[in-house]
Amino acid sequence: MSQPDAGASALELSRVTCSFPDRGGRGGQYVAVSDASLTIAHGQFVALVGPTGCGKSTLLNAAAGLLFPAQGEVWVFGERLTGLNRHAGYLFQPDSLLPWRTALDNVAAGLQFGGMGRHEARARARPWLERVGLAAHAAKYPHELSGGMRKRVALAQTWILQPKILLMDEPFSALDVQTRQLMENELLAIWADNRACVLFVTHDLEEAIALADRVVVLSAGPRSRPIADFQVGLPRPRDVAEVSHDPRFTQLHAEIWHTLKTQVMAAYARTEA
Amino acid sequence: MERERARRLLWPWHIALLAAVFGAWWGLTATQVLPPFFFGEPLLVVRRVADWFVSGQIYPHLGVTLLETLLAFVIGTAAGLSVGLWLALSPFASRLLDPYLIAINSMPRVILAPIFAVWFGLGIGSKVLLGVTLVFFIVFFSVYHGVRDVSPVVLANARMLGAGRRELLRHVYLPSATAWVFSSLHTAVGMAFVGAVVGEYLGSARGVGYLILQAEGVFDINTVLAGVLVLTVCAVLLDRLVGVLERRLLRWRPAASEGRH
Repeated sequence: MSQPDAGASALELSRVTCSFPDRGGRGGQYVAVSDASLTIAHGQFVALVGPTGCGKSTLLNAAAGLLFPAQGEVWVFGERLTGLNRHAGYLFQPDSLLPWRTALDNVAAGLQFGGMGRHEARARARPWLERVGLAAHAAKYPHELSGGMRKRVALAQTWILQPKILLMDEPFSALDVQTRQLMENELLAIWADNRACVLFVTHDLEEAIALADRVVVLSAGPRSRPIADFQVGLPRPRDVAEVSHDPRFTQLHAEIWHTLKTQVMAAYARTEA
Repeated sequence: MERERARRLLWPWHIALLAAVFGAWWGLTATQVLPPFFFGEPLLVVRRVADWFVSGQIYPHLGVTLLETLLAFVIGTAAGLSVGLWLALSPFASRLLDPYLIAINSMPRVILAPIFAVWFGLGIGSKVLLGVTLVFFIVFFSVYHGVRDVSPVVLANARMLGAGRRELLRHVYLPSATAWVFSSLHTAVGMAFVGAVVGEYLGSARGVGYLILQAEGVFDINTVLAGVLVLTVCAVLLDRLVGVLERRLLRWRPAASEGRH
């Protein structure tokens, strides 16, 4: 396998295969992702869509270095990933806040882990908490916040470190529609600032098109892999509420859904069986 | 609201139940249904306690017992917490020591008290050590099992935020360990008392356990029960103290009635 051109891509998954011990416990293997390749350029925003259980999160975990692929490689800025991906920020789908820290201290956590003093870390965390609209809830503990608020704290917690690669696992699915649009616009604004490379997993096709430069469709699992790649090409800066009225948006949606639908049907048939 | 009302309604019943038990005891012994020689007389027991406190005779004994209890409690908890964390985080050591820990835990350790007395004499050292061996395992096992319950997502998140081994220990494992320690501390308080009093009972020159032993020697059942009463009240107070500390340190934890969302 040839080494990719250094600097050509920010994140590259090269023929990645990930498998887990079978749930039956008879030593079988469940192959979640098979032979998956995906290259993301510097500053590119890629959305990953696919039917449920197609290994979207598995790919993110591999990109984060939390999961070591059975076969294939992950390259980050031209270097092969052997441990944790230090350039990446990861927004998890389940609750991931430290329950014993207040909202503010959760946002400050990453800075503190990096060696910054508590006082300064908190001072820097405050504007980020404002950015997600939670300035008034700084002193609350996660269990005192609603699910949507916890998600927003997690966003600020990841964003504050300004990661060069942003991995997001259905970050907005728990939010109500209004908050969701606000957070999506906020994400686009932050991304416009620091131009991180973004790998954004979602099951919501409209969200994927509204946010991303590219939409990649995964096949139904097991052994899922990217099967289609669409360039969005809608003008930026975008407003997620307005962009959906664009004729190009509607056309893309129909096109991608055509591909996605067969995979969704396949996944559905498999769970039925 | 609901809970507050239920609470306000409950405390008179607590008093009533206590009064009923003492009343029944008094009635049965006063009417000689139960021989007072073996079952004691509540009024004399209460008077005994009052005498102790008024004359000040109890203070040196109670002081020693409480000191032993507190030392056993603090040392046992600290040791249980650190060894629990250490073993939970180093798989090799834990696999190596696992069978021995189970063996020591199932051993009836109170029997060791005379040996401790031989090692450390009749002073407070042997009592503290007995209490420590009792407290240690309660805290140790709850921390040891608790570490495995740390949410893998929270752990992965902390790692992605740049936490190394030290930061994970300090900012993830230790705070969650505190929660498990507290869940075991209520049991541990009682055990620390058991260690202190049994230790005194088996050989000492001071302490409430010593008073009880002396009284038993002359079949003074009232004094024995008075000693038990004083110890019980102390244990309850210490348990309350742990509860207050728990509510303060674990403010981040959802109240049990709220459940998890």
